[in-house]
Amino acid sequence: MADLSRTAAIVGVAESDEIGTVPNKSSLQHHMEAAANALDDAGLSKSDVDGLFTAGYSTYMTGDYLGIKPRFTDSTTVGGSSFIIHIAHAVAAINAGWCEVALITHGQAGRSSRAPVPQDPIMPTLQYEIPYGFIGQPINYAMAATRYMHQYGEERTRQALAEIAVSTRKWALMNPKAAMKDPMTFDDYHNSRWIAWPFHLFDCCLVTDAGAAVVVTSAERARSTKKPPVWVLGAAESHDHLGISTMPDLTSTVSRHTGPAALSMAGLTHGDIDLAMIYDSFTYTVLITLEGLGFCGPGEGPDFVAGQRTAPGGDFPMNTSGGGLSYTHPGMYGIFLIIEAVRQLRGECGERQVPDCGISLVNGTGGALSSTGTVALARD
Amino acid sequence: MTQQPYSKPLPTPQPESDFYWEKTKEHELWLRSCNDCNQAYFYPRDICPICFSRDTTWVQASGKGTLHTFAIVHRAPTPAFRDDAPFVVAIVDLEEGPRMPTNLVEVEPDPSAIHVGMPVEVVFEDVTEEITLPKFKPAG
Ligand SMILES: [Zn+2]
Repeated sequence: MADLSRTAAIVGVAESDEIGTVPNKSSLQHHMEAAANALDDAGLSKSDVDGLFTAGYSTYMTGDYLGIKPRFTDSTTVGGSSFIIHIAHAVAAINAGWCEVALITHGQAGRSSRAPVPQDPIMPTLQYEIPYGFIGQPINYAMAATRYMHQYGEERTRQALAEIAVSTRKWALMNPKAAMKDPMTFDDYHNSRWIAWPFHLFDCCLVTDAGAAVVVTSAERARSTKKPPVWVLGAAESHDHLGISTMPDLTSTVSRHTGPAALSMAGLTHGDIDLAMIYDSFTYTVLITLEGLGFCGPGEGPDFVAGQRTAPGGDFPMNTSGGGLSYTHPGMYGIFLIIEAVRQLRGECGERQVPDCGISLVNGTGGALSSTGTVALARD
Repeated sequence: MTQQPYSKPLPTPQPESDFYWEKTKEHELWLRSCNDCNQAYFYPRDICPICFSRDTTWVQASGKGTLHTFAIVHRAPTPAFRDDAPFVVAIVDLEEGPRMPTNLVEVEPDPSAIHVGMPVEVVFEDVTEEITLPKFKPAG
């Protein structure tokens, strides 16, 4: 494989103008606002963009709406991890000469949309899962968490999920853009209502309206952009099932492949990571992703996150934006992980800034724990 | 009393699964199995997803299995499931090897009554004239 480490950089990131509950804007408006904001962040204009990437919608649709006619187009859609995977595709396309300025956009009026996302009627899940009520990820992920509890202990798993929910909320309180503004105690967590046992309400991500965009460009071009470049050191992607019932092992995501592969490409070890940005569609997602990425072994996640280790002041800063659990989650959250990692690496995070943040590992999960993408990012 | 029309989502059988859904109507559970790698698999596909062999066949399942995992749904995912909540979604390890999604029925929707690894057996619910859903209950 060609050595693409450090050959392209992220030079612009942004959310859409307003995120949270935004009833007066469509999903495509969120795409466009975020795109304009991210290009502004990079000091680039629409006319510089020659590569277009999105998920959920096709670049057909976003290209038309944004008025962009790309030389390179990629609508890879594998759930919320898609945008992490787009980073890798952008690096490859830039190195191949297919494009020079790659714009990745996301927008979803997850809370207020007037148009539900249509489903392809031949999906096997529509025959074999949906009729039983396997509808919506809280139900699917809850079944996976039950299996984890069976294998590794219900009480220690429960405590780990609580640790993750509570620590993530602490970070959200330091992010002015976070949807959740109230502190959460352990009692609040344990007393929150059941959604799908074993999941409480506070095991589940928010549903918000939001957009986000990321601009990736070549090493050469990155030298002249407005903000310092954030280098892509390593990247990897995979998926191993569609519906939850065909997941090979309910306690292990393909982060077990993408984590080590991205670290290897980057030439990094776990000890080099200053900030972990881990997709938190659910508390459980974080637990098994930390294991999959190799920060600890299978079944060791509860010990790893114990004692608010991932909270502000802890020695393993994680999900400092407040995550999908407490900051924003319009439906496919992965791009927001990138935004926070880049802001932390640039030192733009104010009160929640991780001191000396030089390297971040970002992992996205999509579908029913189906896909993962991992990137390692670093400042100069 | 008039029966409420069935409002929950229904499967749309595809060419590879017509036989599966015809057999559930007869209250039988049939699986696809590969003659080359000798493994049964779920869901039905003409070509074996394990080894890509085209030498595959239908076999009747015993209907027995163990509970691989479950969740108890308190917040109905759509209005059609509102009267069912709390209900149990489950994944069952069939005796023949494959794992299948289903509902666990004829059991209290309470984590103290349900255990991963418990033996279960198939029951059939004729939900419409056209569709019968295989579900599972604790083995008696
Ligand atoms: Zn085979």
